Order: sequence, then C-alpha cells, then structure tokens
Amino acid sequence: MALSTEESGRLVALLSGQDERVTTRWTEIVTSSLRGRLSQAELRRQVQDLHRAIVASGEQGTIDLSADSAAELRAALSELSRGRARQGFSATETTISVFALKDVVAELVQEAGGADALKDYVAFSKLVDEMGLFTFESFVRTRESLIADQAEQLLELSTPVVKLWEGVVAVPLVGTLDSARAQVVMERLLQTLVDTGSPYAIIDITGVPAVDTQVAQHILKTVVAARLMGADCIISGIRPQIAQTIVALGIEFGDIATKASLADALRHVLRLNGVETARRQPRRDI
Amino acid sequence: MTTGVDLGQPQAQSVRSDEDVVRVRQLVRAVAVSVKLSLVDQTKVVTAASELARNTLVYGGGGSVEVTVVDNGRRKGVQIVFADSGPGIADLDLAMTDGYTSGGGLGLGLSGSRRLVDEFQIETSAGTGTRITVTKWSR
Amino acid sequence: MERVPILKIGDILLVSIQLDMSDQTAVALQEDLAQRIVDTGCHGVIIDITALDIVDSFVGRMLSTIASISKVLDAETVVVGMRPAVAITLVELGLSLNGIRTALNVERGMELIAAAHADELDYQLDDEPDAETATP
Repeated sequence: MALSTEESGRLVALLSGQDERVTTRWTEIVTSSLRGRLSQAELRRQVQDLHRAIVASGEQGTIDLSADSAAELRAALSELSRGRARQGFSATETTISVFALKDVVAELVQEAGGADALKDYVAFSKLVDEMGLFTFESFVRTRESLIADQAEQLLELSTPVVKLWEGVVAVPLVGTLDSARAQVVMERLLQTLVDTGSPYAIIDITGVPAVDTQVAQHILKTVVAARLMGADCIISGIRPQIAQTIVALGIEFGDIATKASLADALRHVLRLNGVETARRQPRRDI
Repeated sequence: MTTGVDLGQPQAQSVRSDEDVVRVRQLVRAVAVSVKLSLVDQTKVVTAASELARNTLVYGGGGSVEVTVVDNGRRKGVQIVFADSGPGIADLDLAMTDGYTSGGGLGLGLSGSRRLVDEFQIETSAGTGTRITVTKWSR
Repeated sequence: MERVPILKIGDILLVSIQLDMSDQTAVALQEDLAQRIVDTGCHGVIIDITALDIVDSFVGRMLSTIASISKVLDAETVVVGMRPAVAITLVELGLSLNGIRTALNVERGMELIAAAHADELDYQLDDEPDAETATP
C-alpha cells in the first residue's frame, strides 16, 4: 500500500506548507484524548518527530511504510508506541496519536478543496491506517516483552539458593511449583553447586503446598543430575499430606535422603562431613 | 567455524565420517545460539543431533543433515533433518525402546533423542532409508 | 586425528578434555589411558570434562569403559567438572553413567581418590594383624 509519487508529493506539500499549524492541531487532538496524562511539550515533540519523519520519507518519492526509505518513519512510530506501552497507556490511547493525523489532514484537504480532494484524502487515510496498525503491532510487541521480563524477574525472585554452611547450599522452595519454575530452580541449584564447589544441596519443600507427579519428577531429575556432577541432594520439609501423596502416586524416591526438617537435613550433612553437632544436654545441677 | 555464514538459510552437512558428526554438532550449536535457545536447550538439541548424526553414519551408512531456522510466528526454533539411504529400520517400535540396540551401542540414540527435542518425526522403510526430522523451539 | 593429552601429577593421571572429540579421538583416549595406567602404576585417574559442552551416549560409554578398565588395573576413576546443562541433558537422555564416581572439580576429585586410597591402606593395615593371628 504505497502512495503514488503525485499523491505523496501533495501530502508533503500539505503537511510541510503549514507545519506549525499541523503540529499544533495534531498535538491538541492527542492531548484531549490522553486527558493530560502527558505534558503538552512532550506530546508536541513526539508529534513533531512523526511529522518530520513523514515529510522526510515523502520527499524521497513515494511513501511506502514497508520500504527502506521509510525506515526513519517506522523508527519514530515504534519509539512512540514503546514509550506509551512502558508508561502504561492503553492500545487505543497509543494508536489514537497516529489516527489523529487523519482529522488534521481532513481539515486541510477541505480547506484546499480541488478536484482530487476526496481521492487524495482516501489515499492519505489508508497510509495513516497502515501507520496506526504498525504502531499497534509494536505496542503489543513491547507489552509482550514487558510481560516476559516480569515473568522472568518473578522466577528469579522466587528461587533463592542460599549457602548454609561451608560446602552446603539450600533452596527453600515456596509456593506452587510448575514445570517452568521447577526447571529454573533445577538449573539455578546445579549452577550454584558448581560456583560454590559445594558437594551438598538441601532442597527444602516446607513451603510447597502440593506435589504432583510432574513436580516430583523434576525434583528427582535434579537429584540425579546433581549426582552426575558429583554432589548429593537431601530433600527436607516433606509434610504429612505430601508424604501421603508421594506414596499414593507411587513415586519412588529410592535411596535419596529425606529429612523432616531443614535442621535435620543440615545435621545429617554435617555428620557425614565429620562435624560434631552437640545437642545441648539438659541441665542437671541442683 | 561458521562465521560469515547466513544462518537464516538452511545449512547442509554431509555425514560420511566421524569428523562430520563433530561438524554437525558445531553447526547445530551455532544455529541454536542464533535463535536464542537457552543453554540447557542448546545442550539438549546438540546432544540429540550428535546421537542422530551418529546413527545416520553407523546404521544408515552415511547421509546428510540439514539444519534450518523455523519460525511459527510466536517462537523461533531449530529444525534438523537427518536423511540416509541405508537399510531403513525394520521394527520401529522396537528401535524406539530404551536400551534396544542393533549395533552395540547403549540403545539410547533414538529413544533418548526423542526426549531431548520438542518434535520428532521418523519416516523409514526397508530398503529406501530413513529420514528423521526433529525440532526444538525456544521458550 | 587429534589426541587428548594425559598428565601425570604425583600418583594421579589427569586428563583434561579440551576439544570437541570425534568418536575416534574418544576411542584413542581410552587406549592411551589404559597404557599409561600400566606404564606409570598410578592409582587414580581424573577426567576433567569442564570444557565439554555436550556428553552424548558415545562419550558417556567411553567414560564408563575407562572407569571399568582402570578398575581392573587397580586405579580409581573420577569424572569431574560436568556442567549443569550437560548433567540435565544426560538425565533426560536416560544415561546414568553407572559405576562412575563424580566430583564437582579437580580438587574434590583428588580428595576422593586420596580418601579411597587411604581406605585401602587402612584396610591393608587392619588386615595384617588378623592374617597373623589366623596363621600364627
């Protein structure tokens, strides 16, 4: 969908002939649609950028949004929508900034009149539609990547690996474990073993409300992978209901050490390492 | 290695010797990196490629491997086709079983690689050879 | 064909695999290592795979074979430095590397071999008085 050379020539003449008036009117329309959530000055700058990009690509002949000559225009549009998406504007509020150009052009064409006015307007409006769609697309892309980033941050937040003792690391798992999160935990734990040179890892599932077959599989795979790397895993904090589920599901933990609490697990590891953990004797004086 | 090569285009590699299996691994690694697979997924798909390329060499008597970047609109991925014109696989179900081997290996080549990739297709018939297509998608 | 170098450090043979091995190189390593164990009389072998970005069933089988061969030749084999991604892949592949001892790094591997060797010495020392009492 490209404008012909004459059409874009006329559009450029129209837009650049009265550029001050175009940008002012354009800014006005956009400002009213955003209800003052962006400053007039900023909107004006954005609108001027777009205006300049359209004129610049029109001066090179035909305006075709998918052509190389329109690279600057596309960049201006994506910058606009990226900014709006990050500031939390809706898709409508974003695309309206582009569609507002139609109103401006309509007014100008009406004033100029002429035989080709209607034909020109239809062609221009098609271009604006295309620009609007492009803006919408990049708005959605930005939002999607924002969501993906947040999901990743959430995963990182929820899976800390802590060092408990020289050579002992622990992962306290809290909340529901789905497959994706279990995988992240697994990789993080194994990487920490390498980074810290710790031969023992305690996986504490006190904070996990339920264990299904898939989650149990992930934990088992982690333990086997750790063994392949030369480290041992102990699972602690198995609650009574979870123990029942594990048995009911027929999941075999085999020779993997399981302990009731994190403290028991740590004591177990320390004993394996020959560290004496003295229990405090009850007082016998008096 | 593969510098200066357009990884967007399908890359072909013939498999005639041990060294070719190494080349297949390097090629698959380069393409997997270019579509931004995670490190674990890269490792999985390269391992699967290594197993299947070796099968092509040992059981298929040599053949060819083609590596392509695929895009389903939402995610990108690596697609690898292993083709040989060897004797084919007579009993596919048996060959896909863990631990079954006809050639003195560990019997994990086919069954194991299927677990390492997202999509696994195999076409084989006695006398005309085997064609295996695997795909790994980025997350 | 490239060959993997084998270093002797004290009573231990250290193999650090730095290249993407072809199957032939892997087989050659297996043979070279058996020869070196016999030549040097070492009691420990450490195979460092830190640099390997994949271990497939062929390399896995080579590691198992090396462990078995060295066992026959009275040497303990420890595979060290397996990357997390490699370990996860091996689990998925279904390769368990039975009979292979593993450690996180070379240092831990040396401790393992030293401990295994010390056990053996203790055992021999404990054994001797018994043998004497059995045959006075």
